[in-house]
Amino acid sequence: MSNELIDFVLVSVALLGIGIYGLSVKRNAIRMLFAVEIIINAANLNMVAFGRFLPHSGGQTLALFSIAIAAAEVAVGLSLIIVAYRMYQNIDIADFRSLKG
Amino acid sequence: MADAVFLALSVITIGSAIAALELRSLIYGSIALMGTLGGIAGFFLLLDSPFVAMFQIAVYVGSIAVLILFTVMLVKRELIFKKIEDKRRKFAGIGLMLVLMVGLGSVILDSGIKSITTDEPAVDFRDIGADFLTYYWPALILMALILAGSVTGALVLARREDVGNEQRAN
Repeated sequence: MSNELIDFVLVSVALLGIGIYGLSVKRNAIRMLFAVEIIINAANLNMVAFGRFLPHSGGQTLALFSIAIAAAEVAVGLSLIIVAYRMYQNIDIADFRSLKG
Repeated sequence: MADAVFLALSVITIGSAIAALELRSLIYGSIALMGTLGGIAGFFLLLDSPFVAMFQIAVYVGSIAVLILFTVMLVKRELIFKKIEDKRRKFAGIGLMLVLMVGLGSVILDSGIKSITTDEPAVDFRDIGADFLTYYWPALILMALILAGSVTGALVLARREDVGNEQRAN
């Protein structure tokens, strides 16, 4: 195997950076969901990479759990966005004012 | 050292992650997100875990990306193309991203991860199945309940209360 663990971890760091950039800059609710997806995928890549290099089956098992939980999270998140869009006719999170404390 | 397939996959993955956040149209953005998720599935194949790669393609590229695409289509047209962000915040975000990447990257490069290599055979997917059914079975059942609950919750949330049943029938 010619690829080393460090390569995969560095790709994962790059994806994490891009995701955090998206979360902090974008105000569009759907784009923020994209950023969350990118961060979750960076985490999954880390888990599978470490599981391969240990080697241990726990990494892949945890990655499968994480993928399933992310699917649930996206379903709920998208339906929340749809409800908020119906209330405010917008997907800009700065407009979702009634969520403010 | 990384090989050519790895380099191509990382360019595709990181490039389409940037495109997903920066493309003007949300529809093209979600298609670029599909590219990122598919690239991650390619990484899983490189890591000798074909089972997780197939799961990734089935769940992420197959269902989540399509779900996002349909949600984008429910949104008004001018909102799909409108970019909402201010310039100062954007520069601050790019600075934060670079600081994070350089900081975390240098910490990782200095750590002992660099010397880890393996010649051992990859984990067999039968072991994963055995894990699921022995040690992790409570977590598996809990995960199934969470999935069912969240999908039901999503349906209840997205239901329109101002539309009556007779209108729904048409």
